[in-house]
Amino acid sequence: MSFVAKLDQIFVLLQHWIAGFFPLWLQPLVMIVLGVIAIVAAFPGIFALTTVLERKGLGRIQNRLGPNRVGPLGILQPVADGIKSLTKEDIVPLSADAIVHFLAPLVLVVAVFLGFAVLPIGRNMVLVNLDAGLLFFFAIGASTELSIFMAGWSSRNKYSLLGAMRAVAQMISYEVPLLLSSVVVVMITGSLSTVKIVEAQSGFTGFLPHWYVFTPWGFAGFALFVVAALAETNRSPFDLPEGESELVAGYFTEYSGFKFALFFLGEYLGMFSIAGFAITLFLGGWGAPFSFLEFVPSWAWFFLKLLGAIAFFIWLRGTMPRLRQDQLMNFAWKFMLPMALLNLVVAGAWRFLGEGPLGGWVRWIICSLVLLTAYVLLGRVLMRNQNLGPRSYRYAD
Amino acid sequence: MSATAFKSYRPPVIEPSEEGDELLEVAMGPHHPSTHGVFRMDVALDGERVVRLKPVFGYLHRNHEKIAETASYLASMPYTDRLDYFCSLTNNWAYALAVEKLAGFQVPERAEYIRVITAELTRIQNHASAIGFLTQEMGASGTPLMYAFREREKILDLFEELTGSRMMCNYMRFGGCRVELPKGWLERVQKVVDGLPKFIDETEALLTGNEILMARSQGVGILKPDLAVNAGITGPMLRATGVNYDIRKIDHYGIYDRFKFRVPLGDHGDIYDRYMIRVLEMRESVEILKQAIPDIPAGPIMDPKSKIRGFRPKVGEAYGRIEAPKGELGFYLISDGTGNPYRYRVRPPSLINLTVLEDMCLGQNVADVVLIFGSVDIVLGEVDR
Amino acid sequence: MLGEGMLKGLAETAENFAGSFVSKERMTTVQYPEERIAPIENTRDFPFLIFDGTDPLAGLRCVACQICEKECPPKCIYITKSTDKKPDFVGKPQNYPTRFDIDISVCMSCQICVEVCPFEAIKMDTQFELSTTDRFGGLLLDRDQLSRSNEYYNEIHPTEAAEVDARLAEEKVKAEAKAKAAAEAAAAKAAAAAAAPPAVTAPPKEPIAKEPGA
Repeated sequence: MSFVAKLDQIFVLLQHWIAGFFPLWLQPLVMIVLGVIAIVAAFPGIFALTTVLERKGLGRIQNRLGPNRVGPLGILQPVADGIKSLTKEDIVPLSADAIVHFLAPLVLVVAVFLGFAVLPIGRNMVLVNLDAGLLFFFAIGASTELSIFMAGWSSRNKYSLLGAMRAVAQMISYEVPLLLSSVVVVMITGSLSTVKIVEAQSGFTGFLPHWYVFTPWGFAGFALFVVAALAETNRSPFDLPEGESELVAGYFTEYSGFKFALFFLGEYLGMFSIAGFAITLFLGGWGAPFSFLEFVPSWAWFFLKLLGAIAFFIWLRGTMPRLRQDQLMNFAWKFMLPMALLNLVVAGAWRFLGEGPLGGWVRWIICSLVLLTAYVLLGRVLMRNQNLGPRSYRYAD
Repeated sequence: MSATAFKSYRPPVIEPSEEGDELLEVAMGPHHPSTHGVFRMDVALDGERVVRLKPVFGYLHRNHEKIAETASYLASMPYTDRLDYFCSLTNNWAYALAVEKLAGFQVPERAEYIRVITAELTRIQNHASAIGFLTQEMGASGTPLMYAFREREKILDLFEELTGSRMMCNYMRFGGCRVELPKGWLERVQKVVDGLPKFIDETEALLTGNEILMARSQGVGILKPDLAVNAGITGPMLRATGVNYDIRKIDHYGIYDRFKFRVPLGDHGDIYDRYMIRVLEMRESVEILKQAIPDIPAGPIMDPKSKIRGFRPKVGEAYGRIEAPKGELGFYLISDGTGNPYRYRVRPPSLINLTVLEDMCLGQNVADVVLIFGSVDIVLGEVDR
Repeated sequence: MLGEGMLKGLAETAENFAGSFVSKERMTTVQYPEERIAPIENTRDFPFLIFDGTDPLAGLRCVACQICEKECPPKCIYITKSTDKKPDFVGKPQNYPTRFDIDISVCMSCQICVEVCPFEAIKMDTQFELSTTDRFGGLLLDRDQLSRSNEYYNEIHPTEAAEVDARLAEEKVKAEAKAKAAAEAAAAKAAAAAAAPPAVTAPPKEPIAKEPGA
């Protein structure tokens, strides 16, 4: 194996080497355990890095430094935050349902970690190569909503319950555009397996990649997926359930100390796994963007793309105000759902036109025009229904 | 007063309403997620709609008017700084105007120019902060607020060079200004003013066309013009409903007649109009500053007839009012010939603008109540005095 | 088109993010206490008493007239007048304060005491890092803690101090000129009294001639 290929497969080789120390019947189990250890070590590490990056990024957007006292450039801030959250008093309300209250953050974290099992992090680097990987991921992702409801319900607090119900309603309504926008990828690839989806995007024309995001339906699907992902993970501008929403302080009001840190961890890990999925479905997974950059290891590309997605989320958070709950739901059902359905039709048309005489540039133009006009029209309808729009002002004379 | 009045948090009470539905009663405050100070709102909700809203304030009452009855006229001047603590120079001017009316002082021209320059700088930094706080409550995680504060720091540095203090300026005196402009101050003001249009453009690029901001603020918290006039609302809130009432144009106080500036008016009276009126007023203030700074004449800055100590105006009463950034700020003084006023009354624009809070919030979503409250732009020091 | 305003906003924040690494305008943080902004000259924090020369008591300008105590809005100055007198900068005997306390937990830095003082004796300092662990006594500054030399005043407020020094020098010159004229007049009067013969029994028939310039 050449050096570049060895670097690309370094973790796989490491895994095989360590498993070689164990007897043959134990080896599959050891390989899986090593994979799990790698995921459990890597992604919370990225979580720690993200908390610092978020605060520093937001700070720089706001013309100030972020935290910079703990460690060089503030890198060790998560250590301080971790110690703080571990040493805080764990308050459980007297009237709360203690068992459910205890289990809710655990369910969240376990469900989120399970989602990482089908994410291809590099070439040959997926923990479980399921044929129905996509289905598994979305099924597990829906069970995170269960933990939010458990948190709200067990607190026996009318506020928390209202907050939890709103959060669950938000997440359920955005599941539909999320799934529909990923179905286009399945249609075109012809498989539910995440590994096959990434491999289908790994070719190059000239030096340009075959990523799905560079097609009209792929771009629309990607945009819809990202917006739905923001809503699923309760990130700005959809973070009313957990923002200072004035009255209902959120489903995790009654949590303090380490359990709160677990909720935080679960939420951020959910953000990583959905971002990782968006990368897998639309951005070519572990593929390089240009053919002459293929010497960089595949896992490095995946993590770079993940960092780019995180940076984009932080950028959005620093810029956008929050949407109100009913406006959120309006947007999901009246804008995103029609666009997602139209995207399905356009993707089908793309596939159909590709085999006929109208292939090549023509199908690009047709599909892009259809999507663009639909976007503009739906946008106008959405804004006009509530009489929104820019205004001009007069002056007194 | 019962013990519950002192608790800062009251648990929600569910009481049956007349229709048989249950109303959820919530106390929002005095520790607020928004940043306006110690203020409580007792809100009764039917689901998500507001059915009843009672503002409860007085947490910051400091006996300003009573102190003024035992302190001399000059000693009340530093206390007026602390009324609307964002805009201390306009508070000083309003009080000085009232006393000048009472005692018949003439303010020299140079002092009038200095007053206009400082008042318009105050207006700019107040409106920038108000917009910043409003968008902070909308959830823009403080970005427009930090930009506004960046510009505000420059203006506060100018105030510190002129008066010695960034916020509690204590600069106006009866008959003029306290101290002469430091060397080079006008050039520095010119530099700051030259950089302001770019800041306003950036704020507009970030906020004005933002669809989410439009969705949250257009059509929310509508105030009708006749209700506004009946309730005595003044300031940007009134102009946002479309009523043309700017005391700078009506009273012709100071030397505002010499400057060409326009008064922007809104059409809908919702939160978006109030936000845009503040942005447009910032632009107009920049216009006034651009005209005032080159024109300032040399000369004295105090009326020679005025005394610092032992000031005893003749018996009488006077009401001096100005267009403060928040509305009409007025001082009503009754003098009985001694060194202390017999009655000293402040007309606080923030308090009077708050009286229509319930009317604006009825039927609105509870998530919008904090936004409507933020768009009124109050300062608790003025509401409670 | 939906989303246009949001894209403009995103461009704006990206510009600020990139600019925060390169321009001072976009990264205005000063990391206190390692870095400090240069103090502005006119800033005012809490009052202090001025003495001329090197002896804080002999050169103290304050004559305990108690005008600042009366005019102070929150009444945070406490003065006790002395019973004996000492000479001031023109040589005239004046009282001095045996006790001059300012409670800086009450003082609101309004500067009215400085405005009303007729003797340029109290001015505003620029120090603000005055926190102590003693909640009551530590924030009550007495006369010795408040006394600072005129050189210190020239350091912290050069323009103002130059004006004050010029004014005081002018007053001193005027007072000296007045004293010289008075001394000349007294000397002339004494000389005239010595020249005229002293009458023993009868009162003088005519009044003593008035000296010119008396």
